[in-house]
Amino acid sequence: MNWVHDVEFIQCLYIIAFALFIYGLMGLTGPRTAVRGNKIAAVGMALAVIATLLLPGMGNWWLIVLGVVIGTVVGVPAARNVKMTAMPQMVALFNGVGGGAVALIAWVEFRHSNGFDGEPAYVAIASLFAAIIGSVSFWGSNVAFAKLQELISGRPVSIGKLQQPLNLLLLLVAVGCSVAIVAGSSSEILIILVLVAAAVLGFTVVLPIGGADMPVVISLLNAFTGLSAAATGIALNNTALIVAGMIVGASGSILTNLMAKAMNRSIPAIVAGGFGGTVTASAG
Amino acid sequence: MLVQNLAVLVLAGFVGFAVISKVPNTLHTPLMSGTNAIHGIVLLGGLIVLGLGVEGTLNKILLVIAIAFGTINVVGGFLVTDRMLGMFKPKPKAASSQATDGSDGEVKR
Repeated sequence: MNWVHDVEFIQCLYIIAFALFIYGLMGLTGPRTAVRGNKIAAVGMALAVIATLLLPGMGNWWLIVLGVVIGTVVGVPAARNVKMTAMPQMVALFNGVGGGAVALIAWVEFRHSNGFDGEPAYVAIASLFAAIIGSVSFWGSNVAFAKLQELISGRPVSIGKLQQPLNLLLLLVAVGCSVAIVAGSSSEILIILVLVAAAVLGFTVVLPIGGADMPVVISLLNAFTGLSAAATGIALNNTALIVAGMIVGASGSILTNLMAKAMNRSIPAIVAGGFGGTVTASAG
Repeated sequence: MLVQNLAVLVLAGFVGFAVISKVPNTLHTPLMSGTNAIHGIVLLGGLIVLGLGVEGTLNKILLVIAIAFGTINVVGGFLVTDRMLGMFKPKPKAASSQATDGSDGEVKR
């Protein structure tokens, strides 16, 4: 049974898995095939997880089981019991935890390799990209959830003209710290700064956006999480992550565009103008 | 390795673009939810980093949380998508079965 743990055999399973993802996604675009498409993609995911668990040298089984059990115990009832009207915020929440997972993995990668010491530069760059986008996606999605769930006001919360400079500043902090890490610094405060700056950025980008635009924003964050998953795949040299993440990144951005068009809005107007609703009203 | 992976990345991007061409408006949200479930693949990242060995309690705790998050993303994502699609799926049948149900109901009453 040694061939089961052969890396090439596992790669073959990955190929079948992402073929199923693509076929499932194609199904999801048509009303008749959508239900089946979703199930096909789920089978692909199960296959990808099983293939990964077969990797030679896997250990820490109890902790893996613990994580999966916690995730199942939380995720299944949440998905089962959510009201139909509350679906969009549930999707936001699920998207958020995906982004959170990416950010956490990047953080551990940093700690584990002592600040990407001895790793090629591209591993550090891909991990830091994943850390930034994942953190933005996690906190942005949580804000989107809170807005749609009416935990906080669904109306645009604007901080006026400071908005754009503040976002730019936060982005510069995150990117600047990342550059310092890639350049060789291994102090942990830097990666924490990256994660925190990106987290605040997630807040300040999504807070000013009105409730009606939320589905488009969730779709955008969804595409972002896909891209960060692909970056994690580059850092970990894992084909399944690269393919699935990038497919979501690409199809998610197309879908975001379609959704914005269906609402007669443009993505830059939604993201840049927190006060977008009023601006377009006065402009039009 | 990097160049191979970049090639895969670019090709996968084009596949993603190609798959989504024409989508009816009603399917936008389920499709978003479906792609959302697929990026739950980050679960694999957590499994690899934890499974192939990390030192330190904090690292392990963070990875268990990451795996739990990834699992929520995958399991919840597919289930929610399935429930959403359940709303539209049986439309032609539902129309007829509703009609029969209605008449049955009337007869029984």
